[in-house]
Amino acid sequence: MSLDIRNWSFSKIFFWIGIAFLYLPMVILIIYSFNESRLVTVWAGFSTKWYVELFKDDQIMTAVGRSLQVAFYSATAAVALGIFAAIVMVRIKKFKTRTFFTGTITAPLVMPDVIIGLSMLLLFVAMGQLIGWPAERGMLTIWIAHTTFCLAYSTVVISSRLLEMDHSIEEAALDLGANQLEAFVKITMPVIAPAIASAWLLSFTLSLDDVVIASFVTGPGATTLPIEVFSSVRLGITPKINALATLIILAVSFVALISWYFIRKQNEKYKPV
Amino acid sequence: MNKIKSLIPAGKFWVILPPYVWLLVFFVLPFVFVGKISVSESILSIPPYSPMFEWLDEKLSISINFANYIWLLDDPLYAEAYWNSIVIAFWSTVFCLLIGYPMGYAIARAPKHQQPIWLLLVLLPSWTSFLIRVYAWMGLLKDNGLINNSLMFVGIIDEPLRMMNTNFAVYVGIVYSYLPFMVLPLYANLVKHDQSLIEAASDLGANKVTTFFKVTLPLSFNGIVAGSMLVFIPVVGEYVIPELLGGTDTIMIGKVLWEEFFNNRDWPVAASLAVVMILILIIPITLFHHYQNKEVQS
Repeated sequence: MSLDIRNWSFSKIFFWIGIAFLYLPMVILIIYSFNESRLVTVWAGFSTKWYVELFKDDQIMTAVGRSLQVAFYSATAAVALGIFAAIVMVRIKKFKTRTFFTGTITAPLVMPDVIIGLSMLLLFVAMGQLIGWPAERGMLTIWIAHTTFCLAYSTVVISSRLLEMDHSIEEAALDLGANQLEAFVKITMPVIAPAIASAWLLSFTLSLDDVVIASFVTGPGATTLPIEVFSSVRLGITPKINALATLIILAVSFVALISWYFIRKQNEKYKPV
Repeated sequence: MNKIKSLIPAGKFWVILPPYVWLLVFFVLPFVFVGKISVSESILSIPPYSPMFEWLDEKLSISINFANYIWLLDDPLYAEAYWNSIVIAFWSTVFCLLIGYPMGYAIARAPKHQQPIWLLLVLLPSWTSFLIRVYAWMGLLKDNGLINNSLMFVGIIDEPLRMMNTNFAVYVGIVYSYLPFMVLPLYANLVKHDQSLIEAASDLGANKVTTFFKVTLPLSFNGIVAGSMLVFIPVVGEYVIPELLGGTDTIMIGKVLWEEFFNNRDWPVAASLAVVMILILIIPITLFHHYQNKEVQS
């Protein structure tokens, strides 16, 4: 990133203003999480007491555990289904209802959360009445809902990698006597592995972040972290939430950096000559 | 089974089946239920709506109740909420485009090896909790928040500006949260442009501004549509941002739907609000798919 001012164009200046706009609020939030004062806007010296209070809050800590668990299962299921869906998107060009399939796979990307949440809940209620499953709403129903919308994102990530992939090494494997499945497991999977990893991490963070859909499909006694945060934020700003927010920002940035590292490594390894 | 199999090329069946079945059951089927419940009656029971089919005395009665839709038409609150949501989504999209286009352009024109870093800088915030980022703005926009305090400290204003709980705060929150969704498709489009076209334009005597408006901008049309729809569609149904940053006069449809569902417990009205929202969004969603497909094929 050249910092020579003479090379700066209009778009470059705009880019850095945009970046400042994106990061400043979070930086200020992190600084204020170390504020001694109970008043969030007055600086009264450095302190880590809100972090201590945060870790003492059992309700929040239980919600953290629950959220991590749901995110883990949702990301795993979304990636497993996403691999299949990506193959369909990229490799299987002809079958009836393909347009319908590709439409429904990308629809959750843009569909407003309130609609996904409401429609999922109505399905669960109706199914509960008709076949008695799911009997109650909670972790399982959140997992299903999160898997559904994460599937859209993981399919997009995996299929864009699959699209770039050099087809000839797979063909070589097939020529050398591998069957389709062997070629896929031994050749294709390792090549798209970084995309699979980053799809998993993206799904994981998306699930950790969702408040609207989870609010609809959960039942009493299964609140996730965002639901917990949302209900306390509605009542006003508390320094404890600043501390929690800081930890979330740091954790997610860390995860994002790891996934970026995977992609980068990937690009270096398979760069076409 | 064989009938279904015959629709799909042999051998591909088991690949298509798992995601397809999942989507049909957990994404398409739910919309059928939304449609069904939107034409039922709100009653005091669990679940709080009347059944559509009833089998009584060897008679199957199907009741379709349009009262919810008539209710939506009667009360101007709902029309206002839809209109407000569309207006807010429209202007938010315009602001995102005005800020996001130069950003996407700057990344696409950066040296090749630097592009992933610049892109990561833009995307990283969108990976960080959405809720937390909206929350960060609450502390900044409050009457005694950081922006007001600093402005008063410097002496530009004497009294705090009212920013929190206004439409202004909602715009700030939306543009802030959705900006990365605009930048990404624009970058993906702009980075593919053939540089020789721009050289050709300048060889033919066009200056930088003319080249931009006559070559770059028209070529990036698909990216602009994709990015705009990625912002516009979810913003129409946005709930968290108007709830946290907006005031009582910020009536958006997502918020109204939430309140009908959770506060008034009127599931059928909430369902019919969702049906109308989907009908409004069908055009932008179709546009999104159309230009998205064009992008992938080019």
